[in-house]
Amino acid sequence: MTETELLDALKAALGADVLAAGGVGHDLWAQVAKGRVREALQLFKGTLGFNVLVDHTAADLLKWPGGHWAGVWDPCQATQGGEHERRTQTDGRFELTWRLMRLDEKSGLVEGRAALKCRVSDGEAGPPSVRDLWPCADWLEREVWDMFGVKPNNRPDLKRLLLYEEFKGHPLRKDYPIAKRQPLVAPLPAPEGRIAPEQLRPRVTDPGLVE
Amino acid sequence: MTLPREISRTENEGLFSMGRKPVDIPPAAGREKRSYYLNMGPQHPAMHGVIRLLLELEGEKVRDAEVEIGFLHRAFEKHAETEVWNNVIPWTDRLNYVSPLINNVGYCMAVEKLCGLHVPERGQYIRTIACEVSRVTDHLTCVAASAMELGAFTVFLYMMKARETMYQLVDKLTGARVTTSYTRVGGVKGDLPPGFEAELLAAFAGVRGILREVDGLLTKNRIFYDRVNKTGVISAADALAYGITGPFLRSTGVPYDVRRAQPYLVYDRVDFEVPVGTRGDNLDRYLVRMAEMEQSMRIVEQCFKQLPAGKHSLEEAELIEANVMVDEGKRGNIGKIWDSTAKVAANLEGQARAAHGDVLAQEPRFDLPPKEETYGSIEGLMRHFEIIMWGRGIRPPAGEAYAAVEGGNGELGFHIYSDGSDRAYRVRCRPPCLFIMAALPKMLIGGNIADIIATFGSVNMIAGELDR
Repeated sequence: MTETELLDALKAALGADVLAAGGVGHDLWAQVAKGRVREALQLFKGTLGFNVLVDHTAADLLKWPGGHWAGVWDPCQATQGGEHERRTQTDGRFELTWRLMRLDEKSGLVEGRAALKCRVSDGEAGPPSVRDLWPCADWLEREVWDMFGVKPNNRPDLKRLLLYEEFKGHPLRKDYPIAKRQPLVAPLPAPEGRIAPEQLRPRVTDPGLVE
Repeated sequence: MTLPREISRTENEGLFSMGRKPVDIPPAAGREKRSYYLNMGPQHPAMHGVIRLLLELEGEKVRDAEVEIGFLHRAFEKHAETEVWNNVIPWTDRLNYVSPLINNVGYCMAVEKLCGLHVPERGQYIRTIACEVSRVTDHLTCVAASAMELGAFTVFLYMMKARETMYQLVDKLTGARVTTSYTRVGGVKGDLPPGFEAELLAAFAGVRGILREVDGLLTKNRIFYDRVNKTGVISAADALAYGITGPFLRSTGVPYDVRRAQPYLVYDRVDFEVPVGTRGDNLDRYLVRMAEMEQSMRIVEQCFKQLPAGKHSLEEAELIEANVMVDEGKRGNIGKIWDSTAKVAANLEGQARAAHGDVLAQEPRFDLPPKEETYGSIEGLMRHFEIIMWGRGIRPPAGEAYAAVEGGNGELGFHIYSDGSDRAYRVRCRPPCLFIMAALPKMLIGGNIADIIATFGSVNMIAGELDR
């Protein structure tokens, strides 16, 4: 199945809700409206035969150059066009990606790869969970919640995957400072004559990275 | 390729089981049968790596299980956004720390895909050799550790000895046993050290000998066989639904291998087989790994036969001390510098001008120049600073790329966003063992508590890549 046929099948099912598409070969991607992600994934798994969910992840576009969230307009960056333009123009702060693969079980060869994307605004829930289609999506959705604070709209009681439940915030958001610490047990006071850890200069001192 | 899996059941039947069947003992009068909970980990002597299993047991049977991960989370993905592109490479060592070279290659391939860089042929062969040596060390560690947890301590010592011979050669190649950081965007750090081929091939003879011994100690060993046979079973359909790849998937009979399905580096030029199992149990996973080590060594041997000739810097005739060279360069004695090689620190060996073009893409925007040019000419010095200085550095074009390699545990993917600046906008690592760990409860439930050790050992969980 060529890229054109795949995109045609997707467009036939979703119509104008396929917002953008591109890429060649195994780098094919399509961006769809948030409300129809599950439908698109079902189509990929069912009719189109993409049987493996390779990965599910997100990116925070808060500081994407030229994006209207960043508050900075860099004309050099903004004129690069293509994918870059798409990220700055379409609405929604988080870009969620589902990476799919069509694997032939007998030969072990990859017959196609595709990435489905959608955008989610800050503070709103993502598209419905797909853990009934691919059980590994359970952990991947938990990781996206953990790191970005975006959870499927039908999984309100999602647990974190990597961090502890007491952790506040979502560290892969671009506004989470790299030098921020959240120890569960308060550090002991420094012995006399020693420098307390909080008095040390942070190693990374770039503006925006330190609170 | 199929595996010599079956030891004839008639040959070994009845040594242990004595024809007994498990008896379901009813509770005594006035008592009831209840399940209880057991907390295994985060630190447990039989679990390599920090991970917590919450088990609901009924006698010896596992009724339910839950996996808790994240104890080794070190914010790899967040750190990768704050450092320049090349500075991420040392962190990739720490993902899967038993096969660091594969991680190095995977990350650099993703960045190169974004930049449209082409690694010279010799560089690609060297990367392939490095990857396969890493795969051998990975599988040696996995089989050794899981056998030790089942009581086979001799096997552990033998295989660690074999791994150490590999590590010492990795040390020769990269300057470090484990924290290799060997690749660069556009190639590798330096050429192969002199005499590397002969030493590696000699070491392979030793590894093969140890593998034969281990095979004799384990494969037909009644105790080992009974512990791994038909335990921790997963079907091919389940494995695919969980996104499992690598030796784990191949043990279920699906011959998916990134090296075969989407050949990268020079895997399309070498002849190797993809071992597959039939039942997807712990025994098949052990056999697949044992067979894969042999295939990896075959790949390396073929790579050495095909390797285009190169020049290691130390084989060059005239060496000049680096500081002398700098002084000569300042005086403008370029002619003298041009024909000689800088004598540099040991960790920079193999990247002098003679070898540079063989192992690194000659693309000034992305590569450091050879040291002779940095020391000897203003253009070289500027090119060096353009890469090294904070705020300069390499700048891949804006966009995103996903590149996958076959890691020790399966498909290791790096999904990278660049906004055109000197740092990654986002680096996502697809860790192969996360998907296996997500499926772990499925393999444990219904089994015995003792099978947990065998099954967990065969997962080859590497907390470094699982938790990142």
